Amino acid sequence: MYLLVCGGTGCRASESESIVENFKQELENKGLQDEVQVVTTGCFGFCEKGPIVKVQPDNTFYVQVKPEDIPEIIEEHVIKGRKVERLLYEDPEKKEHISDSKHMDFYKKQIRIALRNCGFIDPENLDEYIARDGYLALGKCITELKPADVINEIKESGLRGRGGGGFPTGLKWEIASQNHADQKYVVCNADEGDPGAFMDRSILEGDPHAVLEAMAICGYSMGATKGLIYIRAEYPLAIKRLKIAIDQAREYGLLGENIFGTDFSFDVELRYGAGAFVCGEETSLIHSMEGLRGEPTIKPPFPAEKGYLGKPTNVNNVETYANIPVIINKGANWFNKIGTEKSKGTKVFALAGKINNVGLIEVPMGTTLREVIFEIGGGIKDGKKFKAVQTGGPSGGCLTEKDLDTPIDFDNLLAAGSMMGSGGMIVMDEDDCMVSVAKFYLDFTVEESCGKCSPCRIGNKRLYEVLDRITQGKGTMEDLQRLRNMSNVIKDTSLCGLGQTSPNPVLSTLDNFWDEYVAHIEEQKCPAGQCKDLMKYEIIEENCVGCTACARVCPVGAISGERKQTHNIDTSICIKCGACIEKCKFDAIIVK
Amino acid sequence: MAKIKTLADLKKMKEDLQSKVDVRERSNTPESYVQIKVGMATSGIASGAKEVMDFLIEALEKRNIEAIVTQTGDMGYCFAEPTIEVTKPGEEPIVFGYVDTQKADEIIEKYIKLGELVEGIIPVNYQVIDEDK
Repeated sequence: MYLLVCGGTGCRASESESIVENFKQELENKGLQDEVQVVTTGCFGFCEKGPIVKVQPDNTFYVQVKPEDIPEIIEEHVIKGRKVERLLYEDPEKKEHISDSKHMDFYKKQIRIALRNCGFIDPENLDEYIARDGYLALGKCITELKPADVINEIKESGLRGRGGGGFPTGLKWEIASQNHADQKYVVCNADEGDPGAFMDRSILEGDPHAVLEAMAICGYSMGATKGLIYIRAEYPLAIKRLKIAIDQAREYGLLGENIFGTDFSFDVELRYGAGAFVCGEETSLIHSMEGLRGEPTIKPPFPAEKGYLGKPTNVNNVETYANIPVIINKGANWFNKIGTEKSKGTKVFALAGKINNVGLIEVPMGTTLREVIFEIGGGIKDGKKFKAVQTGGPSGGCLTEKDLDTPIDFDNLLAAGSMMGSGGMIVMDEDDCMVSVAKFYLDFTVEESCGKCSPCRIGNKRLYEVLDRITQGKGTMEDLQRLRNMSNVIKDTSLCGLGQTSPNPVLSTLDNFWDEYVAHIEEQKCPAGQCKDLMKYEIIEENCVGCTACARVCPVGAISGERKQTHNIDTSICIKCGACIEKCKFDAIIVK
Repeated sequence: MAKIKTLADLKKMKEDLQSKVDVRERSNTPESYVQIKVGMATSGIASGAKEVMDFLIEALEKRNIEAIVTQTGDMGYCFAEPTIEVTKPGEEPIVFGYVDTQKADEIIEKYIKLGELVEGIIPVNYQVIDEDK
């Protein structure tokens, strides 16, 4: 018999270590140490109800276990085989105790559709993909369905583009299918560029055939025979695995001429991007593939009319494609039961930042931020306080405590002043300065702006300068109005999505963290203690014993004072290196 | 390998492959294999998954344990990389996190050989979509 004790950071904070100790002690007292083994595990992802203890082999799941509960568990469950009812998980709706974790709603929080094969199959072995229904959807489409039926199925499913915009995928395919030309193209946008997002890379590295299969299905539905994957050269492993996958699919006859003995032919090639953020925008991406500068052009014409080499082109993102084979295999009516009214299916998120379980998760649309961050994500690192979560990368905004219970979908995130984006989620705690966060994203946009239109090229630079001034304590209250005005102009007048969304981090932090901006300006203070220019080192009189240790270590001689008397820091000379704090044994120096 | 010329070819191939996997997973005979999957996405490799995989292959061979070690993609537990999934014949797969070569050695000696669980198990916390149904 095994007693599995959760050793995730959340549970450890609530004494799971002493639970392990108590178990071991108690087992030894009863002479059971050889028959029952106590094992610490990783996070169960159910931190709200922690600490968790799971008993195997009967899968009993105990929640909120305290060290003093241990003798009872041993006495009742281990020795007498009776479950300890009061420690079982209670279903919040039915008010029943559930002992087997497999029946708990909690375990339905994550559903893996786009990530179905990620971490299960060997991505370099086509046989493993085939064993898990691979290419069956393609076979079904081209031998049993008409192109219009395929499009209808995708439309029915309610799938929306996972790259950020959330445009209905079926509609996109339909438009591309209605434009006639001698050649059409299917493009996969694998130019994942948001800081902190890595879901597309993971899908390509873990399940490359899913994307190839979906592109072929798209080709069949719109009448294209060529597929192109635009992938950044910074993803060498994804490129390697895609190349292997393409070769294997050709060898098996799943790409190439006359697939499945029909007259449908389709092949895929790779195109490399140099990692420019703007190339995630469809028109820039297409120009970059054509060998031109990666700059956007005005839409219309949309790529569905005039895209790659002037031909009708359909561009979808990696995760969007990864959903397609499942929709075909299981049907639109299976897919559209998952999610919310206007956002169907699941979304993959890359959890990053100050969160315990950094990683990749896939949840149905409509899951709340609270569930994602505090349950699946395991809460905030080091038991700090949650401050904000940034979604949608440089185009998104910061959501706060008040948004935690909002169900996540395309429309709700927009309404809350952020956006879905490609699914990066950066979690921030009380130590993060929101003005600096806005500055960080603006720094990124200034760097990545292609420079074609002036609102984006010049406007973002000015925004950055104002933010920089504020973090140095040189801002004025008028600057805040200026930030807002400029942001709105940039949003309204920029040519492409990059400029139209780049002020979002500024606007959302102004809305949600106004006081923090004001503190920087009026009190010359950074509440999170991040802005170096606003920090002040001070000596607390009561604690200082006059040992002179700090004065000796100060590289600029900013500290003065007689031996055995309170010392003093001249803040006009101090360079805020922190050397004095490290040296002081009496906690007499503080940063304000 | 023969080319797939029709949908029927694909379906047949799928069944063959699946039954092979099933035999491997369900049988409890001594000649069946232990299966180990190593998470080898960029994040896994960056935290040393490749060394662990090499070690596993070498160590299992030296210790005469019949096993198949394969690579796979990102399991999603980036906080606990490198991660490996071990499936013993007739048993549910178990995922172990924070696996360095020392941990891999412990997993072979304790879990694979003796069936004892070791520290570092990562509980599965998601649903998979049922294939076929």
